Amino acid sequence: MSEVVHSFTATIPTWSPYVKPVELASATTEQLAAMKVTPSNKGVSPYVLTLAHDPESLAVRSPLFNLIMYGKDGLSPAERELGALSASVVNRCIYCAAVHASRFISYSGRNDVVEKIFADERDATLEARPQALFNFAAKLSTTPIEASADDARALGEAGLSELEQLDLVLSAAIFGWANRLMHTLGEPVARPEAL
Amino acid sequence: MTLIETMAGVPEGSRLSQALNARAEILQLSEAAHDAVLLPRESGGLSHGLRAALAARMCRHVGDETLTAHYESYLAHSSDLDLAALARPGGLRGDPAHDAMARHTDLLTLSPREATRQDIAALKAAGVSEADIVRLSELAAFVNYQLRVLAGLRLLKEVQAR
Repeated sequence: MSEVVHSFTATIPTWSPYVKPVELASATTEQLAAMKVTPSNKGVSPYVLTLAHDPESLAVRSPLFNLIMYGKDGLSPAERELGALSASVVNRCIYCAAVHASRFISYSGRNDVVEKIFADERDATLEARPQALFNFAAKLSTTPIEASADDARALGEAGLSELEQLDLVLSAAIFGWANRLMHTLGEPVARPEAL
Repeated sequence: MTLIETMAGVPEGSRLSQALNARAEILQLSEAAHDAVLLPRESGGLSHGLRAALAARMCRHVGDETLTAHYESYLAHSSDLDLAALARPGGLRGDPAHDAMARHTDLLTLSPREATRQDIAALKAAGVSEADIVRLSELAAFVNYQLRVLAGLRLLKEVQAR
């Protein structure tokens, strides 16, 4: 029996869509291209098969996402993951939060930061630099947007360069996008071995 | 120059402008994403006019007048003038599918954390197809991304100018 996950966790669940995904066997050429399906790569997740209903968006978003999260220079990979995690906590995307908490931990080794964020969410108390990043990214993720000039100034005071600050804006914003797909089009389900 | 750069108005030669130049590919892909959700070749059950109206509605929720005006101009150039009510928060037009899409747009903008399986069921019950549900979600998700990139950039610009 599959069990829906309702609490924040760094253990990555699976994802089950509320809409019927595209079937690989009947996908159009454009859908296959957007999903990056090739003869040697036929493994496509239910999430990507769901998004393949709109291949024009999917084809652009995948490379955009990868550049924002894994592009060179600027903000460290761990701190981009922190930006992603901040947005995912505000939007309560359990699946996204699990994936990016897990990546943050593997880049930084800082389980304690994730534990604090999962326990206290917006009220989490962190060291100066992660606190500045978390506050700005979380407040940029709310509606209305709560981030202020003081929150932006705190980034510079915490030692972030302009490029790092821009990368934080981008990593939080792209999760404003990802959370609105993943959390609203389906739900996280515990993997059988995790039960 | 991309839409985001034009609207953010970051002074050339500033360090923030140099950072934007370093992320030129991201800005170009953001522009391509805008075109893919606002002006897709295959629009399904969401006409270009409906997309513009809903985008303007979301921008009004977040209070971004510049981006609202951009999407209002798209709406004005579409032939779907009867969609104007949907461009305003709370506005409905009496068409079950369009009204359900407008309500879902509100949910995805204001409180995506509250979204559940029932919200997708409500769209289906109003006659919105599976593919159109995904198209609508991409539209709402993209506009919320764009609103946050712009808001973030304006804050970084404001702080840098001082």
